[in-house]
Amino acid sequence: MTQSLLDLWYGFGVALEPHNLAWSFFGVVVGNLIGVLPGMGPLSAISMLLPLTYTMHPVPAIMMLAGIFYGSQYGGAIGAILLNLPCHPPHAVTCLDGYPLTRQGKGGTALGIAMISSFFAASCGIALMVFASPLLVSVAFKFGPAELFSIMLLGLLAGGTMSRGPVLKGVAMTLFGLLIGIVGTDVNTGTMRFTFGFARLGDGVEIVALALGLFGVADFLRNVNRLQVVSGGARVRLRDMRPSRKELKQAFWPMVRGTSIGALFGGMPGTGSTITTFIAYALEQKISRNPKKFGQGAIEGVAAPEAASHSKTQVDFIPTMSLGIPGDAVMALILGALMIQGIQPGPQLITDHADLFWGLVASFWVGNILLILLNVPLIGIWVKFLRMPYRYLFPSALLFIAVGVYSTNNSLFEVGEVLAFGVIGAVLLALEFPVAPILLGFVLGPMVEDNFRRAVLLSRGDLGVFIQRPISAVFISASALLILLQVGFAIRGAVRRRRARPKKFRMTGSSHATSQDNV
Amino acid sequence: MSSQTAQTEEGGAIDYVNTKRRDYYSGMLMLLVGLGAIYDGVRYNIGSLSQMGSGFFPVAVGAALACTGIAIALVAKCTPAQQGERKLPPEGKAWCFILGSLVAFIVLGHYGGLLPATFAVVFISALGDRQNTVWRALLLAVAMTGLCVAVFWWALSLQFPLFQWG
Repeated sequence: MTQSLLDLWYGFGVALEPHNLAWSFFGVVVGNLIGVLPGMGPLSAISMLLPLTYTMHPVPAIMMLAGIFYGSQYGGAIGAILLNLPCHPPHAVTCLDGYPLTRQGKGGTALGIAMISSFFAASCGIALMVFASPLLVSVAFKFGPAELFSIMLLGLLAGGTMSRGPVLKGVAMTLFGLLIGIVGTDVNTGTMRFTFGFARLGDGVEIVALALGLFGVADFLRNVNRLQVVSGGARVRLRDMRPSRKELKQAFWPMVRGTSIGALFGGMPGTGSTITTFIAYALEQKISRNPKKFGQGAIEGVAAPEAASHSKTQVDFIPTMSLGIPGDAVMALILGALMIQGIQPGPQLITDHADLFWGLVASFWVGNILLILLNVPLIGIWVKFLRMPYRYLFPSALLFIAVGVYSTNNSLFEVGEVLAFGVIGAVLLALEFPVAPILLGFVLGPMVEDNFRRAVLLSRGDLGVFIQRPISAVFISASALLILLQVGFAIRGAVRRRRARPKKFRMTGSSHATSQDNV
Repeated sequence: MSSQTAQTEEGGAIDYVNTKRRDYYSGMLMLLVGLGAIYDGVRYNIGSLSQMGSGFFPVAVGAALACTGIAIALVAKCTPAQQGERKLPPEGKAWCFILGSLVAFIVLGHYGGLLPATFAVVFISALGDRQNTVWRALLLAVAMTGLCVAVFWWALSLQFPLFQWG
């Protein structure tokens, strides 16, 4: 306990070094800016700036990337509340009540509440990270290849089944991601696999090219000529943003509940943040005394999901950093960035790279404070950015994608990869596949294969090793439970649908948040 | 889940996606990808559980993907046809321009250098948007090229010559 506080103190020292602070600041500003832009989320923001970090020292590099991540979440809330545009899927729920509030002329209050809950939730998440990570690490040292394989299996299953959209399609995308992860030279035998005759693919697919193809180019292909930016919208002034005492009181418990839901789900690898915000919203609606006001501008409906997504964001870093298992696609990218820097995430990370870990934790706090300070005066400028026409946005973004990907290896081959994954992503999006699990599968793929091979090699070909070792057995049974639950849900849903066939309308989930035409 | 648009019967003229057919095709596509992975994977050494070769994992994942594909297609076959979201008109021209702009970046990057490549990628992709006139696209391309040269070539000193021949 005291050790953690001492380490945290050390971390603040690292985070407040001018050099690190500057990059952290740069990260949150850029993240905030990109998060505000319509059609751009943290995934495209991080992958575009990832090449920039190759030449940097790991500590400021990761601080910057993390700053982009939570900065873009703050930015996403602005678009969701003021213009009903969920730039990042988790904010889709915030739209439900945030936009009605804007229409009632209380957009400023909604923004204020969103920021307060985000800051509160992030602080709680950081505190949890400070005290839970060392605990998790002491458990993680007992992990062998069998345990690592089982927990990754659980993470992959959760990532596939609990993302948005149909379960089977999520699983298919996770497997597709695993296949893409196989591309390249097999580390054990040196065989070139799935390279299609391209020698350049021997090092595997470039993660930046994959991410930018799937989340950048594919999105542009889907949204071009379809995403219009709403003109008009609300004018928000500084003094509108301060919520009244009554509103604060109203938002307080939803905020706390949202934070705990986010923390709970953040600890589980693979659960997406969209599902977390939806659960937080549904819970508020369920326990509310008058559920009818949800969807018509309930402050609770803004506070709870925003708090949930922010506490999840912070808690997500715990399994990513201490076990090396990313919670979602964004975490997978950050994990990829760590590995590019030559840092193997895992239990040793906290002891071996104390400056990185504690500096990052402290930088979260610093970054969140910076964001609050930034967002309050700059809100007017963000609102202007929100109206940036898509017709100027996507050509400029394409340029940054092309040059950014080129700079990863100084070669044009990677630009070709972006092109290929853009087409693949667009086809998959058109078929309503969720594309985020691909990235999760891609990053985990090589680790899953490696640990599986090692575990089975050690047990001389006996697959029972995964259920004979207690920790591993827990994860395997959790995975089995997850599959059973999903099958149960599917059967129940099918029965229910058969009973209530003549339905007047049906809710359809679009496969991507930004893909809304004429919101 | 993002764009939750509860679609009531608003005008019959609009085309809706047939989710049954779409899911059936998605399943088939995944089956094909999975089979392809197995086909390619068996060429590497599969080995046995105790002595795994490099083909083992690809074949296993391919098989799992193929099974998932079959499951998706079967589920689609068994569920009644449902009206999906509104069908969006294809944007063939815009798609060609966006993809073409990246191709142009690769070709011009190889035979021309950074400056023509950046100009081409912005100019061509901007033409994909119906609201952009040639003039607007040109202005945007010039502005972005200037920014790109300033940021990447001058500030970050990217290893990419401004002009190169061949």
